[in-house]
Amino acid sequence: MYGLVPLPVAAGLRHSAAALLSLSAPSLAHLSLLDIAVIAIYFVMVIWIGFYLKGQANTSEEFFMAGREMTAWIAGLSFVSANLGSLELMGWAGSAYQYGILAAHWYWVGAIPAMLFLGMVMMPFYYVCKTHSVPGYLKLRYGQGSSTVAAVSFAFMTVLMSGVNMFAMAEVMKIVLGWDLNFSIIVSSLAVAAYVALGGLRSAIFNEVLQFVLIWGGALLVPILGLIETGGWTGFKARLAHNIADGVTPAGDYTHMWRSMGHFADNPMGIHWTGILFGLGFAISFGYWTTDFLVVQRVLAANSLRSARLAPVIGSFFKMAVPFIVILPGLLGLVVLQNTDGSLMHLVGENVVAAHPGAGLHSYNEVLPLMMVRYLGPGLLGLGITALIAGFMSGMAGNVSAFTAIFTYDIYQPHIVKHARDEHYVLVGRIVTVVGVVISIGAAYLVMNAAGIMDYVQALFSFFISPLLGVVLLGMFWKRATKAGGFWGLLMGTLTSIGLWAWVKADPSALRYVAISPDAKDMAENMYRALWSVTTSVGVNVIVSMFTKPRPMAELAGVVYGATPLPTEEPVPYYKNEWFWTAIAVVIFLALNIYFW
Amino acid sequence: MHSSGIPIWFFIGILLTAYGALIFGYGLYELSTGTMAVPNYHASIWWGALMLVLGLFYDLRFRPGRNG
Repeated sequence: MYGLVPLPVAAGLRHSAAALLSLSAPSLAHLSLLDIAVIAIYFVMVIWIGFYLKGQANTSEEFFMAGREMTAWIAGLSFVSANLGSLELMGWAGSAYQYGILAAHWYWVGAIPAMLFLGMVMMPFYYVCKTHSVPGYLKLRYGQGSSTVAAVSFAFMTVLMSGVNMFAMAEVMKIVLGWDLNFSIIVSSLAVAAYVALGGLRSAIFNEVLQFVLIWGGALLVPILGLIETGGWTGFKARLAHNIADGVTPAGDYTHMWRSMGHFADNPMGIHWTGILFGLGFAISFGYWTTDFLVVQRVLAANSLRSARLAPVIGSFFKMAVPFIVILPGLLGLVVLQNTDGSLMHLVGENVVAAHPGAGLHSYNEVLPLMMVRYLGPGLLGLGITALIAGFMSGMAGNVSAFTAIFTYDIYQPHIVKHARDEHYVLVGRIVTVVGVVISIGAAYLVMNAAGIMDYVQALFSFFISPLLGVVLLGMFWKRATKAGGFWGLLMGTLTSIGLWAWVKADPSALRYVAISPDAKDMAENMYRALWSVTTSVGVNVIVSMFTKPRPMAELAGVVYGATPLPTEEPVPYYKNEWFWTAIAVVIFLALNIYFW
Repeated sequence: MHSSGIPIWFFIGILLTAYGALIFGYGLYELSTGTMAVPNYHASIWWGALMLVLGLFYDLRFRPGRNG
């Protein structure tokens, strides 16, 4: 999840933390009694859901996998919500203000092909082998070694990310509302611990669906009212062109996605189309959407194979629509945000804000809250703020519930207590949930006091995801891949990623070699590093596998393409068929990219 | 989801109904007093009403004990 947050957000939070801890930042908004009532109702609702679902989380299957009873719609909304945290919303809105519609690449080519591939191609294998996790799949395919490496790294990352979410929420509440950091951390962690420990994954999924509704209910009004004010998309473009001609807005192509991608120097992100298409569109997005257990866990909880395949397809439609509530407000901010004297407001980088304390400057990352304050009156502002709170809490809960499942199933059960009664593992799950929240609180304070860690957390995430993609893909589609091939592929892919990252960290000019251009910028590094990492992972896996003994075909049933008889499903009308909706999603995806070419 | 339990959509209905009623009510108050806080085209009224209607629909459609 955090791996898809734009780089400036991590850096931004670091700068903001320094400002906040000196208590020099005034709040952006003041809540009315009605707004506070709206927020309070949300907290009452999540605790109610947690207590209500306690009675439905008695077995390990119910607690960790939500009983595998989720419909396609619930699994699909939860799947897409797990990646709709407030860090992403605010970060990408800020990136849209800064870079224009290029930021929408992370929602379209950086998500849709991978989501559809997961549903149509990979899901049958995850679902048929009845694995409870991605490390669980690795255990079935490659053995315990690869599984444990993936489980430990994932568990470590999830609690760190939960802490990052917790800190980020506290910080945003401080910026927007002036709330005390400790107050936000304590309230949010108590609520998350209560509802996940009580209701398990089912509770986390329910709250993600709730969050999804809140985000649309709270944020959709902003672009609608913004478009009304600017006279629609055409009116917006005319105002933007006018501002650029007058020199009040920096020159640039803010409304096209691909035409400035011919060379690194042609666009403000410093990225080439190969990086977007292969680095983001394959190495990063396929790694995230098909192997990150945080999102895959939601689909594994589906009540049938058809639901499990439909869930990512349903999610893809909403994912394609998210730029309407994230990217568009950022773009509209370029022409509608005004200072108190009526002049056009100019948002700046976090480093500029930090360098000029008390100057009343706002950063790119604040564009979404600023737009909310501009358009949302009492009650509606509370709804918008609640949407942000729900996004953060959902991010925490998602990470904590994934951590709980991975720790209990893939670390505790195979290595600590192998054969215990089912109730024992449920109890361990509840305890680990609370422990996970406590570690997250520790991580939140760690980030608060050594904010540079945020950059490292983001890098850590990227170290594991892309090599894991190479190992899972080969394991799933190549019968010849061996246990040793998987282990060495994962290890060498990860070391490649760490090595390239350390090289650029030690010598920033090395970016020209990693991204194959002297004009490449920071964002390009992530994409090409992921690409090299997955290439190494696949290459090493293939070479080692060719020299080691493959597993007998009989052992591969259920986990590898060609060795797995897929269950035939009941025929359904075309409008209920997953392939029909996949085709529609592909057409819309292509149409959007062509329209905004 | 759980045919015998409370579906998630019912919880969502309750939340939308509560929010819709509060925001719609405030929108009417704003209209009657002419004290609109931001130039939001009476969004509290139509957005609040939309949420209220959707919330009531979900409450009825997914109320506990009702099948399907």
